[in-house]
Amino acid sequence: MNPGSTGTGTGTSPAVQVRDLHVTLGGAPILAGVDLTVAAGEWVTVIGPNGAGKSTLLRAVGGLLPAGHAVTLCGTPLRAMRPRARARVVATVAQSPVVPAGMSVLDYVLLGRTPYIPPLGRESAADLAAVHEVLDRLDLAAFHGRELATLSGGERQRVFLARALAQGATLLLLDEPTSALDIGHQQEVLELVDQLRRAHGLTVLATMHDLSIAGEYADRLVLLADGRVVADGPPVEVLTEELLATHYRAHVRVVSGEHGPLVVPVRPR
Amino acid sequence: MTVRTTPLRRAGTPDPARPAGVPAGRPAGLRKRWLAAGVLAVLLALVAGVSLGPVSLPPGGVAAELLNLLPGVHLDSGLTAGETAIVTQLRLPRVVLGLLVGGLLALAGGAYQGVFRNPLADPYLLGVAAGAGLAVTAVIALGGASDPLSGLPLAVPLAAFVGALGAVTMTYLLGAAGGKRRSPATLILAGVAVSAFLSAGQTYLLQRHSDSIQQVYSWLLGRLATAGWHDVLLVLPYFALTAVVVLLHRRELDVLSLGDDEAAGLGLHPQRSRYLLIAAASLGTAAAVSASGLIGFVGIIVPHTVRLLAGSSYRVILPLSMLFGAAFLAMTDVVARTAAAPAEIPIGVVTALLGGPFFVLVLRTARRVLS
Repeated sequence: MNPGSTGTGTGTSPAVQVRDLHVTLGGAPILAGVDLTVAAGEWVTVIGPNGAGKSTLLRAVGGLLPAGHAVTLCGTPLRAMRPRARARVVATVAQSPVVPAGMSVLDYVLLGRTPYIPPLGRESAADLAAVHEVLDRLDLAAFHGRELATLSGGERQRVFLARALAQGATLLLLDEPTSALDIGHQQEVLELVDQLRRAHGLTVLATMHDLSIAGEYADRLVLLADGRVVADGPPVEVLTEELLATHYRAHVRVVSGEHGPLVVPVRPR
Repeated sequence: MTVRTTPLRRAGTPDPARPAGVPAGRPAGLRKRWLAAGVLAVLLALVAGVSLGPVSLPPGGVAAELLNLLPGVHLDSGLTAGETAIVTQLRLPRVVLGLLVGGLLALAGGAYQGVFRNPLADPYLLGVAAGAGLAVTAVIALGGASDPLSGLPLAVPLAAFVGALGAVTMTYLLGAAGGKRRSPATLILAGVAVSAFLSAGQTYLLQRHSDSIQQVYSWLLGRLATAGWHDVLLVLPYFALTAVVVLLHRRELDVLSLGDDEAAGLGLHPQRSRYLLIAAASLGTAAAVSASGLIGFVGIIVPHTVRLLAGSSYRVILPLSMLFGAAFLAMTDVVARTAAAPAEIPIGVVTALLGGPFFVLVLRTARRVLS
């Protein structure tokens, strides 16, 4: 894996390749012919108005929806992967993960080792060591015995991330990873994700509502509207007043910031 | 990459949120002392259940006589031949049946609560009680036997077993009719619908054959009275099957507690595990019901008590529920047959009368200890 590469088809297979993905849920088409390529080591964030199909796209890439032949992960068609093998390649942090009552941080993160534990088996010492290493890396060592439900939102988000990292997957799918956090914790979590990505060559595919933050952290933005990709490129090309007015029906000013364009909502006259 | 574990070994750091007895840095598994406590409870219930009754027997002699049943053990129990017969032929099968049924109900209840992620789930959730109830009522009311509980020794348990499994199958088919959108919730709703439908049938039958009400109720409220080794042997294979399947899935139930999406993302087949567990738990419940009637409360109170006292992981809840459920029901049966001797109180009444206040006590104590 080469974290620096952003192109496609240069020898290594892209981490994610989606070709003409159609998803219909309950008779309604949610995704209508989506194409998406994410290179290994890249951070791509999917943006778009509510109901555009962002979460559905992430679920399909994570193998949680039948996606036919449309999705390929690291050169292997998703269809050809058994669930355990898939879970070692791709890890998802859901928008609001279930917090089981009474479960400690250590036990929760240990569940991330499930794809390495034989069916009906139990954790090995190696699994425990891997989890302690992840907890250390995310500064959670002191929290390992705490009950998950007693943590603050920011701490909890770090624990969710730790569980995903314990899966040892190279592809991280983050569905609205910061929607429950205040602005300081949003930055803290996203900086952490970026650090981990650079240190371990992870690929990140995320969805986000805050457009400025989305643009500051992602290498590329994909704008999804009505189940189709309507723009795909570096943040400066996607975060334009025209595109956001057309697809979000939003009145915004886009100003250029240090790390990318900043989107400022303004009240319509 | 190095594994730095030093900061994790500071066991002296006070941690108010950590339940007492869970050492730092170790995953929540079944602690040895809890396992020992469970086994001890079962052994105590066994000796107490065999010693206490109309003829009181010395517990030491009973314990010696029980040990004599093990191959290669020959102890002098000091019991007469008649007393030995009471132990091995009358009381022991009844106590063992109580242990099996209590273990099954508590285990099935714990499994249902995990599978449906619903703390109110009990072994009768998917219609087992209503199905068995209707079938038994039909056999007693329409069978024509004056005393079906003794006259038709096989018909009643068989009807209960078939009725229970038939109802669960109906619930499953109805729940699966939702197609791809079926969820644990649709299965629970299907269980409610099937239960209501079958209970209506049972009520109608009872109303038309009011002369059999007392016999039907004596079965509905649970009984271990007619237990001989025969009943034990009938229940034993189901007990073994259910225990093996459910206990093997104890870690998977912890993963399922994260929800189906997360479980699937971690490489499990949540739907497949769920139906396998439901099948095993339902089969066990049906066997328990066929042997002892409808004994309420055990399947819901025991797992919750274990959860409050020993931990919330299913790796703790399931094995301990089985052990303490067994001990609880065997002890309850002692109360049922001695409290109003020579008459017997239906055991289902005793489980609720004892279990309710006991659970409230545990709830209050555990809150105080944890907060």
